[in-house]
Amino acid sequence: MKDQKRFAVPDPAPADDLDRPARRNGHAPKPAVEDKPGDAWDRRVASMLAFARRRLSGQYEVDEFGFDRELTEGLFHPVLRLLYREWFRTEVFGVEQLPEEGAGLVVGNHSGTVAVDALMLSVALHDQHPRHRHLRLLGADLVFRVPVLSELARKSGGTVACNPDAERLLRSGELVGVFPEGFKGVGKHYRDRYKLQRFGRGGFVSAALRTGTPIVPVAIVGAEEIYPILADIKPLARLLKLPYFPVTPTFPWLGPLGLVPLPSKWLIEFCPPIPTAHLTEHADDPMVIFNLADQVRETIQQTLHQLLERRPDPFGP
Amino acid sequence: MTAAVSVVVVTGVSRYLGAHVAARLAADKRVGRVVGLDPNQPPAELAELLGDVEHIPVEATSAGSVLAELDAECVVHLALVTAPEQQGGRAAMKEQNVIGTMQLLAACQQAPRLRKLVMRSSTAAYGASFRDPAVFTEDTEPRQVPRGGFARDILDVEGYLRGFRRRRPDVSATVLRFAPFIGSSANTTITRYFAQPVVPTVFGRDPRLQFLHVDDALEVLHRSVVEDHPGTFNVAGAGVLTLSQAIRRAGRVAVPVLEPGLSAAAMLAGGLRFGRYGLDQLDLFVHGRVVDTTRLIQEYGFEPRTTEAAFDDFIRGHAGRRVVNPDHLAAAEQAILDGIRRVRAAAQERS
Repeated sequence: MKDQKRFAVPDPAPADDLDRPARRNGHAPKPAVEDKPGDAWDRRVASMLAFARRRLSGQYEVDEFGFDRELTEGLFHPVLRLLYREWFRTEVFGVEQLPEEGAGLVVGNHSGTVAVDALMLSVALHDQHPRHRHLRLLGADLVFRVPVLSELARKSGGTVACNPDAERLLRSGELVGVFPEGFKGVGKHYRDRYKLQRFGRGGFVSAALRTGTPIVPVAIVGAEEIYPILADIKPLARLLKLPYFPVTPTFPWLGPLGLVPLPSKWLIEFCPPIPTAHLTEHADDPMVIFNLADQVRETIQQTLHQLLERRPDPFGP
Repeated sequence: MTAAVSVVVVTGVSRYLGAHVAARLAADKRVGRVVGLDPNQPPAELAELLGDVEHIPVEATSAGSVLAELDAECVVHLALVTAPEQQGGRAAMKEQNVIGTMQLLAACQQAPRLRKLVMRSSTAAYGASFRDPAVFTEDTEPRQVPRGGFARDILDVEGYLRGFRRRRPDVSATVLRFAPFIGSSANTTITRYFAQPVVPTVFGRDPRLQFLHVDDALEVLHRSVVEDHPGTFNVAGAGVLTLSQAIRRAGRVAVPVLEPGLSAAAMLAGGLRFGRYGLDQLDLFVHGRVVDTTRLIQEYGFEPRTTEAAFDDFIRGHAGRRVVNPDHLAAAEQAILDGIRRVRAAAQERS
């Protein structure tokens, strides 16, 4: 395999080179006006305009869950990628554990006061996966109650965390992302960082079992430090009908500035998949479900410890 | 050749759907006699269609004796009102939908020769809740009673039908849960909404919508009568358009309105019996509604045209009042691109 690579014939010139003038005696002729149609900036402007026109005339596709692939790839991901690369310096390990194609249930630890970890995970998966697959996130119904947020969640591929939706996505061969800790994970105190919370009723396991989908545990390190929760003002949370009201070193003291996440260093590791195809008939057996949920939980917890050893300084390079 | 169905009774023939279904059945050789049951006279443009349809102008209260007298073999119940009308308002709508259906079903229960009941329902039967799954199958239970009057009527009507099924298990009952109708010839709350140049939407919500072409609805109703398809079926065009996308495709302009204001306006409009939109539309425009039609396609061997195609047909019929034209957009795109190229070329030359 390696030898073949060494003697491989160089690839033909990429298509966008074809509209450049042919080289003459090793020197490319210099055009009088550089920005003729076909240069990089011109193409970028043209594609942006075409994007705007398609959006304004409604000529795009949305799937039955409301996922808008064009908007996600053209607008959401570029914005999130700035956070992902420049701010959090994210490193990803074990992408090869994800299925190349077909369904998979990606189960992660949840932290960070707001669910930035879910967004970073979906960018990581899309950018690192050889097929650039999209992660379809399952979110709390609170997300879908809030105007604007609900539509951003749907357009970026999310849907309400419920078994019918999870199973429908898995049956159609999607990669589904779920955080079984829910608000217990995102809203936990900073002193409890990287301690996995309870995994609820294990609904995610039964969805995987019923569809025979492999479970890929994923450990995310870094989200705990972005908005460290020092206190939770419960009466205020009840008043605002929120699951918690966080007090961080910067929020609410600095007002909107407090919304800027601290620039922690992120590590994301995908663990080996746990096959479930042989357990399909046990989808209603609570014993099997709890055991499997425990196995997933243990795997994530151990991987978190390993990742933390590799990252002694949370705000290091 | 003997007729597959000897006597078919269609309710609501004074309206678009009822009149067209009755006319189609009357034209079918497999159907013997088609009788239209409706207290109102059909308007002139529908009366033409009903040449071969006998019209019996009775209220639902006296449907019992009529069904027995006619020896009805099949009843197609389409007399449902989707929105309060100018006269009577919501009370009359409920009277017609709920009480009318109750009385018709009571009459059906007594009809000795009845062997088939086809009933119009709506995807509004799934209610509206933020915890709803994204796609409803026929087995999804509503999680929350919807706010809209029509949706609540539909839940009641389906409840009565469940009772009827228990009492007359020998009658094959087909319930068709239709998505909102659309098409170049349809005239419904939804088509009137999209026909305006400027359309109100709910701020921060972009619901997923599905439409059904009226012609496909007629086809499914027709097949339900001449073929045998007992059960409950979702009937909708495959695929999804979001509201903003549909508005842009139709070349209309969306005006987002805050929801509390819109609810109050809808409530006020309902109470004072004016205005075109009620809480039914509001529920739809906050939650959206998408259904799974696998069961329909498998059972009927018929696939309604997609939501996108149905909506395109509507746009063709209502292209006149476009505010934004796709050709203008394309021209603007080209003009901006040319402008930028010219400016950049000029800047390059100067340097």
